[in-house]
Amino acid sequence: MIARPYGDTLDDGAVQFSFTLPVPEGPLGREAARHLVEKWGFDQVDVVHSHALAEEFSFYVAYGRTATGIDLSTIQVEEATGPSVYTMDEANEVVRTRLGRKVVVVGACTGFDAHTVGIDAIMNMKGYDHHFGLERYPEFEAYNLGAQVPNEKLIDFAVKVKADAILISQVVTQKDVHIQNLTQFIEMLQARGLREQFVVLVGGSRIGNKLAVELGFDGGFGKGTFADHVATFIVDRLLEREA
Amino acid sequence: MTAPVETKLGLPQDRIDQARELAERIARPVNQFIERHTTVSVERATLRLAGVDGANAEGIPVPNLVVDQVRDRLEDGALLPYINALLRTGDTVEGLNQRIAQGFRVDELPLSDRGALERKAEELVESFATHVKARRAWRAACKERFAGKNHSPLLYVIVATGNIHEDVQQARAAVYQGADVVAVIRTTAQSLLDYVPYGATTEGFGGTYATQENFRIMRSALDEEMERHERYVHLTNYASGLCMPEISAMGAIERLDMMLNDSIYGILFRDINMYRTFVDQKFSRMINAFGGIIINTGEDNYLTTSDAVEKAHTVLASQFLNERFARDAGLPPRLMGLGHAFEMDPSIPNGFLWELAQARMAREIFPEHPLKYMPPTKHMTGNIFMGHVQNTMFNFASMATEQGIHLLGMLTEAIHTPFMMDRALSLENARYVMNSMKDFASEIEFKKDGLIVGRAREVLDKTVDFLEVLERIGMMEALEQGLFAEVKRPRDMGKGLEGIQEKGPNYYNPFETYLANELGLTAN
Repeated sequence: MIARPYGDTLDDGAVQFSFTLPVPEGPLGREAARHLVEKWGFDQVDVVHSHALAEEFSFYVAYGRTATGIDLSTIQVEEATGPSVYTMDEANEVVRTRLGRKVVVVGACTGFDAHTVGIDAIMNMKGYDHHFGLERYPEFEAYNLGAQVPNEKLIDFAVKVKADAILISQVVTQKDVHIQNLTQFIEMLQARGLREQFVVLVGGSRIGNKLAVELGFDGGFGKGTFADHVATFIVDRLLEREA
Repeated sequence: MTAPVETKLGLPQDRIDQARELAERIARPVNQFIERHTTVSVERATLRLAGVDGANAEGIPVPNLVVDQVRDRLEDGALLPYINALLRTGDTVEGLNQRIAQGFRVDELPLSDRGALERKAEELVESFATHVKARRAWRAACKERFAGKNHSPLLYVIVATGNIHEDVQQARAAVYQGADVVAVIRTTAQSLLDYVPYGATTEGFGGTYATQENFRIMRSALDEEMERHERYVHLTNYASGLCMPEISAMGAIERLDMMLNDSIYGILFRDINMYRTFVDQKFSRMINAFGGIIINTGEDNYLTTSDAVEKAHTVLASQFLNERFARDAGLPPRLMGLGHAFEMDPSIPNGFLWELAQARMAREIFPEHPLKYMPPTKHMTGNIFMGHVQNTMFNFASMATEQGIHLLGMLTEAIHTPFMMDRALSLENARYVMNSMKDFASEIEFKKDGLIVGRAREVLDKTVDFLEVLERIGMMEALEQGLFAEVKRPRDMGKGLEGIQEKGPNYYNPFETYLANELGLTAN
């Protein structure tokens, strides 16, 4: 099936834009905005709104239509977890009956990143959006080390508590600072011969499974991830390893 | 901001008084600890007040060089050896700074006559005081000249490009769009640096380094915009992290108007040692008070880790404690921008009512304080359209409860640091809501024994209970046990512990003495 953007009629290809140009507000800016959207390959371009953001900057809202579609059969989705995800109770039940020991998870927001919102959503008792965090899982022993944890300290701690899995959260991704930090983490693990000892996962609003695997992680989790997804991945991977 | 606040919730005054008394008792032993100690950062701040500035070829700031030289005699304070070096060399402050940057040691000179040292110190204190008083007077004159031109609450936006020159572009645009306050977010690494970088900077992650030169660049740009738009534009930065008092010193010298400055935030959220933080916050707040700088406290952060309904009382308790510590450092209520946040889960039935209750409660308990109200962050998603609606509700709540400083929510909150257009859309939203409900707050009353009134009383009651627990176990124990924000911080752990120093019998800090006198605090 070929999918095209949908406005109000199948295959109309309607797309909405908003952007800023470093051009004073006025006819020149509006016309430039229209040409720009056309140049991107859109037809029937309509600049429906513009206003000044400063003397030298202006804001535009525009619509355009595209004939481009995408053949869904050519798309491969790379999610860390498949469509079936354990609920908290199911995950605990699987750990109890099939693994027969507690799962130890260590998590942290590493490097200079000070934003614990991601790691907290996955680990804290309370969880996020009515999905409890790993601290609430009776069969999990979860350690949330908080923010700005150096990679080395995180690894030391994981060794100390004999962790099964290490979770890293990266929220700040400006200038790809997270890539350097994540790469360094994997290199440190490898240098100490510990890479295979842990399931290592990374999460964050700009993180995907593909990127994570490329960087040498077992999996990556982006937007819409709850503790359920992370627990499912860890449990299944541990079962696989211990089979 | 100064209009009297009407009582709409009928909160029991005796409970409020009780909370304040508890806060006073909780702070007392902490203050006793503070009085007996200094830190490397307090000493560096003192040097900065005396005019010590610059850096050596490796970028190590001169205040750090001096403190490192005298580290093993720090119980006497770092100022005396510096002043002695001024007398011994006959240099000016600038001249000596340069000499130190080139490797000169101040700790190897024989001590001059005590009287001469003290006279020189007085001269430096006098020059600092004259400078900062002139800055304060200039601010007051500008505010007088443009009286009535700011929004109420003040519309506060952030810039965070990492490059101070790009920040200036963004800030100028924000003023054009109606902003009253511009905060330059710091690079995410800075709170853990035990020095303040030197000079103009163009690289940062998620923000821009706080340096004195960056302060100067932004201040001068905003002053230009103030003249152009005939509206006073407040400049905000962060007196937090390991260099809390030094940033305050730089802020007072360069006439910043607001500083993020919390008595326990660094302990909880940056894992900075508690002793270090307590000592640093006091001196930093004394400088803020003298500089006429409004502090913004960080209670909003509790709700990013804890639930806004369940943990509302920890926010109020922290406000009482921040108020107490601020008062003990000489800050008047009009400079206490106590923080709180609109972090109610949008899926909770009546969530907006609970939010109104909490925001109004803060307003009535802290009537003279320019409350700093923070926008939704925790429940913002990548759905920017819904995000814009959440921000509208936040704007409504702020206006309906007469907040003082309104930090605008960005529709792209969970995605990236604000684009110029994000900020513009936010300001447009806020100006619309605020204009169209200009007198709304004075028109409404809350139903007696209704949900809102009931909720506010419940939070106040729980706060008093919580403060009673804190008083019983003590502030430091409470931090160790994780009673705030569910974060546990052992007292002998955390960053910056090694920078704490007990004051010796010959501790000398005429700046501290001067500030204490000016602020009506009992001299040490």
